[in-house]
Amino acid sequence: MSEISSIQRVEFQDRVRTALNDVNLQRAMAKAKSGFVDKRLEAKSALPEFDQIRDAARDIKDHVLSNLDTYLELYEEKVIENGGHVHWARDAEEACSIIAEICKASGARTVTKGKSMVSEEMYLNPALEAVGMEVVETDLGEYIVQLAGETPSHIIAPAVHKTREQITDLFHEHHSPLGYTDRVTQREALVNEARSVLRERFVSADVGITGANFLVAETGANVIVTNEGNGDLTSSLPKVHIVTAGIEKVIPSLEDLSVLLRVLARSATGQEFSAYTSIYSGPRRPEDGEGPEAYHVVLLDNGRSSMLGGDYQSMLRCIRCGACLNHCPVYGAIGGHAYGWIYPGPMGSVLTPLLNGFDSAVDLPNACTLNGRCKEVCPVHIPLSDLLLKHRTEQHERKLTSATSRWILTAWTWLVRRPRFYQAVMAIPLWTMNRISRGSGRLRWIPFGRGWTDTRDFPVPSRKSFLRQWYSQEKGHE
Amino acid sequence: MRIGSVISILMKTHQSNSPITVGLFVTCLADLIRPQVAFAAVSLLESAQCEVRVPRGQSCCGQPALNSGDRANSIEIAKQVITEFSDVDYVVVPSGSCADTLKNKYPTLFSKDMRWARRAQKLADKTWELTKFLFEKVELKGIDAALDGVCTYHDSCTGLRELLIYEQPRELLKQVKGLRLKELKDSNVCCGFGGLFSLKYSDISTHLVSDKCTEICNSDADMVLGGDLGCLLNIAGRLRRDNKKARVFHIAEVLAGMTDGPAIGDPEESE
Ligand code: SF4
Repeated sequence: MSEISSIQRVEFQDRVRTALNDVNLQRAMAKAKSGFVDKRLEAKSALPEFDQIRDAARDIKDHVLSNLDTYLELYEEKVIENGGHVHWARDAEEACSIIAEICKASGARTVTKGKSMVSEEMYLNPALEAVGMEVVETDLGEYIVQLAGETPSHIIAPAVHKTREQITDLFHEHHSPLGYTDRVTQREALVNEARSVLRERFVSADVGITGANFLVAETGANVIVTNEGNGDLTSSLPKVHIVTAGIEKVIPSLEDLSVLLRVLARSATGQEFSAYTSIYSGPRRPEDGEGPEAYHVVLLDNGRSSMLGGDYQSMLRCIRCGACLNHCPVYGAIGGHAYGWIYPGPMGSVLTPLLNGFDSAVDLPNACTLNGRCKEVCPVHIPLSDLLLKHRTEQHERKLTSATSRWILTAWTWLVRRPRFYQAVMAIPLWTMNRISRGSGRLRWIPFGRGWTDTRDFPVPSRKSFLRQWYSQEKGHE
Repeated sequence: MRIGSVISILMKTHQSNSPITVGLFVTCLADLIRPQVAFAAVSLLESAQCEVRVPRGQSCCGQPALNSGDRANSIEIAKQVITEFSDVDYVVVPSGSCADTLKNKYPTLFSKDMRWARRAQKLADKTWELTKFLFEKVELKGIDAALDGVCTYHDSCTGLRELLIYEQPRELLKQVKGLRLKELKDSNVCCGFGGLFSLKYSDISTHLVSDKCTEICNSDADMVLGGDLGCLLNIAGRLRRDNKKARVFHIAEVLAGMTDGPAIGDPEESE
């Protein structure tokens, strides 16, 4: 086990180093960071009751999680009533094969996709490509990362790690063969070019796959929130619409939806509302002018149900707004890919070990300063930093941490619990450090502290500890 | 204790004729690295008419174990702190993150042991971070300190978010003559210290502290202040490595007028 974690550690630290040295990534992240933070703050300040709505949002999600089976059954009933189909997938593999079957049965060749993190979680694109489908991402950010052969680095802004110049190059490379030979560099022009390339795909797609921000039990509807309207085209143009969602996405009613929507966009992008909020509740009815002929919902468990009733249940409240990523200093420094799986930032560091196995990502809960900013901004009050600490405890108990570090902690505790002896022992490094520093006030190197002194000086400790001074020089303290 | 201060305490506390006793939890960093922070805390508490005690059986609050998920060892350390500080009215800590450990973390350690859970809660209820205690509890007025210069302030994360410390240090600093406070951009963003994090994930930690120091330099302040020595060591270490001019002090040192000597990480003055 410790072997696994040591390999992982090297891998994680390597990814971190690569990210920190990636000039483009650093430029893109620096630009994105303050934008998200400032906009959220503005939106929050403009809505005095924002915090009350957050409480209500948390309560709604808690209520659902305590009655998840009831709401899921109700939801399924309604979907069927509306003429749709519900499929239950225990894990990613099962979900992929269900979706591949639906695509094959409908004779599909081209599949368009709206943004869906849950489909990333299932590795759906390679699975569909393996059965001969052409998969086209229609969310601009997802489209960019697809062209680049990457995965999203942010749960709501998949290409946040790319600079405009990189996007220009990508588009030029991939769109020239399609006749777009001009090299466009401006934001607007890039968006328009992508739109016009994607438009043809929308029309020719046989199956449209979207995620869902919410599933409404009372009506059997799924709700998609986007800023590009691509979700609408993906949902309504193709013959078949497949919705993929985690089982925790269900909510009781439209009333609850209005509460959750009020915190979602504000937390995510600082908008009052996203540009498009679309509600779909099944296949086209005879009186409808448009819409898909068939409507399927694939509900994914993939480890979620085992979080119910446990220490991490609150993580299932997550509405995937991305605020915790936007406010995380570590995420801001290393970007999403360094986390190693599709869910990055604080929510990812909590989720990844739960969904992929505790020994799959030993570093993630530790690579955090516990500054608590994520917890502060989470619209549904998920105590993210507390859950990360919980993970650390669990790792310690499962002995996933190195034997050396556990031994050091025990030895150190032994010493700390013997204060007089501790003071005597500590006097040695204090004296030595003072000798070596020769009054310079700082050390450029300390044993076992290269992690610190490679990039920072170490302020020299006092010659004599406070407690020793207090009890020896100051009379009458004894 | 001087007669004068005894009288003023008698007048202040009306019903009780004994002054409030404050146990100073020194914190291991102040104890070993910057004792002046603890001396400053003592002086401030005494000027607020508190009787300060420094229990001898203290060392560290146990954060390294706690934040490494080592509950068993954390419990051992917590029990010792709880015992050492059982007979004072208040426990005051010149660090937001250590105060939070006593106040909010210890009580979570004893879910299976009611007796210790009660004792932990008792300690939690009487534990205060220094600036919060001075400003809210004893409403310290008449701080007799002067410091001519422009200061900026770094809000350490745990104090800010768990103990809601933001106004208190700023209000207290208003009493320091000559001191002009200039707000730091992103003062609420982590400096990258995070205890053992700074060693284990030093690349990320360095990136964060570099960002922090860039903002400090952009602020053009002569001094950076803060309430947590961990963050201040990190910031000072990075500033010194880059030969930046801003000097670093713990807020207690400034409030107690103890800024004549070298700042954190600065050379000793030649004698
Ligand atoms: S954990 Fe909270 S802040 Fe992070 S994505 Fe989920 S809902 Fe948003």
